[in-house]
Amino acid sequence: MTAAPGTAPEADPKATPEAATAPVRDSPERPARRRGPARQALVLLVPGLLALLLTYALPLVWVVRMSLNESGEGGLIRQTVSLATFGEVLGSSHYGNVIRQTVELGVLVTFFTLVVSYPVALFLARTTSRWRGLLMALAIAPLLISSVARTFGWMAILGRQGVVNKTLDGLGLIDAPLHLANNLTGVVIASTEIYMPFAILAMISGFGRLDPALEHAAASLGAPRRTVFRRIVLPLTLPGVLTAGLLVFVLSLSGYVTPRLIGGGRVFVLATEIYDEAITSLDWPVAAVLSMLLLALFGVVIAVYLWAQRALEARFTGAQEARS
Amino acid sequence: MTTRRLTRTVWAAVLTVLYLFLLAPILVVLVESFDHSTYLRFPPEAFSLESYRQVFANEAFREGFKVSGITAAVTALLAMATGVPAALALTRLRFRGRSAIEAAFLSPLLVPHIVLGLALLLILAPIPLTDTYWGLILAHLGVSVPYVVRTVSAALASADPRAEEAARTLGASGPMTFWRITLPAIRPGLFSGGVIAFLLSFDETVISLFVSGQNTVPLPVAVLQYVEYRSDPSVASLSVLLVLLSVAVVVLVERGLGLRRTLRS
Repeated sequence: MTAAPGTAPEADPKATPEAATAPVRDSPERPARRRGPARQALVLLVPGLLALLLTYALPLVWVVRMSLNESGEGGLIRQTVSLATFGEVLGSSHYGNVIRQTVELGVLVTFFTLVVSYPVALFLARTTSRWRGLLMALAIAPLLISSVARTFGWMAILGRQGVVNKTLDGLGLIDAPLHLANNLTGVVIASTEIYMPFAILAMISGFGRLDPALEHAAASLGAPRRTVFRRIVLPLTLPGVLTAGLLVFVLSLSGYVTPRLIGGGRVFVLATEIYDEAITSLDWPVAAVLSMLLLALFGVVIAVYLWAQRALEARFTGAQEARS
Repeated sequence: MTTRRLTRTVWAAVLTVLYLFLLAPILVVLVESFDHSTYLRFPPEAFSLESYRQVFANEAFREGFKVSGITAAVTALLAMATGVPAALALTRLRFRGRSAIEAAFLSPLLVPHIVLGLALLLILAPIPLTDTYWGLILAHLGVSVPYVVRTVSAALASADPRAEEAARTLGASGPMTFWRITLPAIRPGLFSGGVIAFLLSFDETVISLFVSGQNTVPLPVAVLQYVEYRSDPSVASLSVLLVLLSVAVVVLVERGLGLRRTLRS
């Protein structure tokens, strides 16, 4: 892979952006040194910053601009600067329902994901079993498979002819198939599983304060297991739970694949509406406004997270000071 | 003592159920991939490799594989070409606004892909670059660069800058020092950044949905469209093949580069 020693210097000047500053360095030593780093940094940063500008910053500015336009007749866009489209979207009962369902889905998925991930994360963080590596790998293995494929798996499990309905029917427990797909229930079940590996990883990395010595100390001083959990384990693991909650909430607010596939066209959230308005209805101003609303929801969630984190931290240090 | 054992049993049962829930869709996909029938049913009545044959016979999947492969390869190369100099500047040089620029390079990770997809559609459609390779590559570049900047920065931070200083003192030019000293030191980080960028682009679904059309359809979009209207086991077989492929890539990269050896030395 490495170039032969003789050819390397010749190939260099064109190959690396750093080359542009090389002559500056070779000329009078003092002045080049003083203004060197900033100019060098600029040259090195330009390609990356250009890439970011073209593929990320500029497009986002375009969305903001588009949200201030109005949609005219027949898919035309009227160039103006007004909040009319915002008013139209916020005033309609349909989009009111969409926003409500988006938040509802986010809250439900976050709640269930935290509930099912916490025991697994706690186990993985504390176990000394020799199977720990394998169990850890199994917990994050689903990340190897695309969410489209996992959603497909859930369709096979939750559908009318799916695993759950077939099994329950075979056992004679149900007369008619349960409605587990094409509705919010199915989307919540599948999303919960899809975000579980993220939650488990976030929790484990946030469990740093958990120390088995503390638990042993409490237990040896006579505290029952339940008290040890409530007074020691739970407070020490809450920061990790909070981070996992933020991550899952943000991911589920903007998730598109699972609501579209499992929802079967009957679950309307902001993500599915943004796509439909942009691609099917070609109403770009409305799609842009819905995107702005999604980002606003993100802002609210992050603000709540920061507030909760500060409250938690204050309690933690407060408790430490009271004890000392 | 008996209550102790009871709690242990309950705890083990709870964990087993949670693991089953977590792995349920993967297990179903694995079993279904060997289903002989042309529509989904569980449990399958007969097992065969028929749906694996279907995957290779499917024109949309073959074309999608090609589109995703080319897009991901070019995206990864461009992400490395733009990310490595940036990481070099951010870790080796001191200048004003460094932390702000560092934050800017990581900020694409904060924006939901559904919004980025729309944003890229709005800017690529008038040019018009939607439904082309370059449109897909540009669309994937923004979300790939942060990962390269991150992995390469981490590699640079752990590489000893004194080796570079020594080379400079001994008269090596800047580019020469980069090729002979810095690049070999950060090669594992650079490669993992490149592999992550490749896999991200290869797997990207939501952004691609916005910027692809009928002519240039990457694999995840082809699969999504397939799943939406048909339910047969070939998607399951395809997923199994893709997992095997990504495991093979990781193993090959590790073997070929001697990642472990490089990390140890």
